[in-house]
Amino acid sequence: MSLLEVRGLTVAFRSEGRFLRVVEAVDLDLEEGRILGLVGESGCGKSVTARSLMRLLPEPPARIEGGSIRFAGNDILALDEAAMRRLRGDRLAMIFQEPMTSLNPTWTVGFQIEEALKLHTDLPAAARRERSLELLRRVGIGAPERRLRQYPFELSGGLRQRVMIAMALACGPDLLIADEPTTALDVTVQAQILELLARLREELGMAILLITHDLGVVAEFCDEVAVMYAGRIVEHGRVADLFARPRHPYTNGLLASTPRLRGRRGRLPTIPGSVPPPDRRPPGCPFAPRCQRVLERCRSAMPGLAGDDGHLAACWNPVR
Amino acid sequence: MTGESELLRVEELSTRFPVQGGVIHAVEGVSFTQRSGETMGIVGESGCGKSTLARSILQLVRPSSGRVLFEGTDLVGLSARRMRALRRHLQIVFQDPMASLDPRFTIGRILEEPLVIHGFGSKATRRARVAAMLEQVGLDPTAASRYPHEFSGGQRQRIGIARAIMLEPRLVVLDEPVSALDVSIQAQILNLLADLRESLGLSYLFISHDLAVVRAICDRVAVMYLGRILEEAPTEQLFAQPAHPYTEALLSAVPQPEPGARRRRVVVSGEPPNPEHPPEGCPFHPRCPRAMPVCRREPPGMRALGDGRRVACHLHDPNLVDGSGQN
Repeated sequence: MSLLEVRGLTVAFRSEGRFLRVVEAVDLDLEEGRILGLVGESGCGKSVTARSLMRLLPEPPARIEGGSIRFAGNDILALDEAAMRRLRGDRLAMIFQEPMTSLNPTWTVGFQIEEALKLHTDLPAAARRERSLELLRRVGIGAPERRLRQYPFELSGGLRQRVMIAMALACGPDLLIADEPTTALDVTVQAQILELLARLREELGMAILLITHDLGVVAEFCDEVAVMYAGRIVEHGRVADLFARPRHPYTNGLLASTPRLRGRRGRLPTIPGSVPPPDRRPPGCPFAPRCQRVLERCRSAMPGLAGDDGHLAACWNPVR
Repeated sequence: MTGESELLRVEELSTRFPVQGGVIHAVEGVSFTQRSGETMGIVGESGCGKSTLARSILQLVRPSSGRVLFEGTDLVGLSARRMRALRRHLQIVFQDPMASLDPRFTIGRILEEPLVIHGFGSKATRRARVAAMLEQVGLDPTAASRYPHEFSGGQRQRIGIARAIMLEPRLVVLDEPVSALDVSIQAQILNLLADLRESLGLSYLFISHDLAVVRAICDRVAVMYLGRILEEAPTEQLFAQPAHPYTEALLSAVPQPEPGARRRRVVVSGEPPNPEHPPEGCPFHPRCPRAMPVCRREPPGMRALGDGRRVACHLHDPNLVDGSGQN
């Protein structure tokens, strides 16, 4: 059985007196020790999906309208808040784009890491300090004794992200959810953080769900990828398959319009139009109004994910 | 293409900001030349000084020293009156169009404003020009009666571009114009910029942190680090044969959407140093995988490589290094 199994997850947000669906019928599977990329443009529902898994969505305005989330034998949507809190520190951890949102600016780095250890382990004080130093070393922070005494604002963006990763690792989670963890970082620092995450996956055997808008990051870092568009997963497969032979016209268009460092230069192919907001999604396939392969039925019926050998696309007329 | 004439010549431009207990060297001894019709890219990571350089060229911040020759006229120290007259030829587009479009005004009024300021035509001709410009940037002319918040990010950037080119400027500075946009919208805007360059004979100075975007639209690229240009080259050459170790590291760090085609990664450790305390010698030496003893002592001068490339790196000094790249 998968470590994480999401079926039919549907999430709505209250807006001006009505509920608008922002995530619809999302299925995801993640095996132990694997890295799955959840990729899409802004507003596609990838971050809402991630927060649903952690039960971090404020309800209201959010409302989970359907589906199930099973993680390591737990029915996440049925857990009470106390059980959920235990799970979150223990086996399930999350890091964010901006570490300052999850680091407390008035506490030293050492105090925050030790707090996490106090909550989730029964280590005595001296062992907690030892473990804090070990965690900082593990995420590649030099002079960890000095760093423990520093405040978050004294650290660079890359160091803050490393501290946040160290805290997430405090209890050796089975699954790390990383929501755009390198988007705010410069490209040389992004490369360092991605290498760190890849190394930690090897060493600790944890699975990673990486939320990103960057297809390059997915290609270089992930084992599998799910592409989201307008609240739905439109394509899912192994990274090598999906990038080599995208089946959904949206994935295909997205890859074609991404500027590259090699190959032909100049005019980029584009996807016409823009993503419809949640209150203006058309019936049928949400990509139909922008799609060059659109058929009559695309405008009335949403296709399910279908395909072979683990490479699935939700499309009536997939690219071949 | 207007061809070979020189549009902009920046000579030894430096901009320093006083801060508590010191000075930040935001731009330090930058020189380059841009020809008319050319798209010049300035690329670098955050804090490298690329945006300050753009603002120093436009005299939106006051340079500390150096010259900015725009069609032969030095903009540094120009009187306010003469600078105002030149402004119509020098325009800028920002990353976040929402921050630069007044939410209280209609698009029509926003676009008409530069025409009014520079005393262009009658009300009727101005209106007609606004309608024509909206069409040129791919918007419906009825957009004129609507407000900025009614448009998506991509549409707002089209409006920002329209405003910048209302007066047919000779140089448009684009400061991270597509960085806030999703990939599919980014491609639309890059193509629009290329079309406008073609049809209106514009010249762009394109500021970006995104190497792939710069490669798509620029003719020449300068790489900045800690306020200095480390390398400048025609786009094809810069990407095919980077001459500076920093350029090489930067290129190898960009994740590419091509699984399996993973290149040898030049890992640079650490992060860019604080511009308040730049290192002695070459600004990149503390992170450079190929640093030599001389790099710690002497800042390398800019050296022409004879094929249109210029690089500030001791590795290219034949007196210090033999052909094998070893010293």
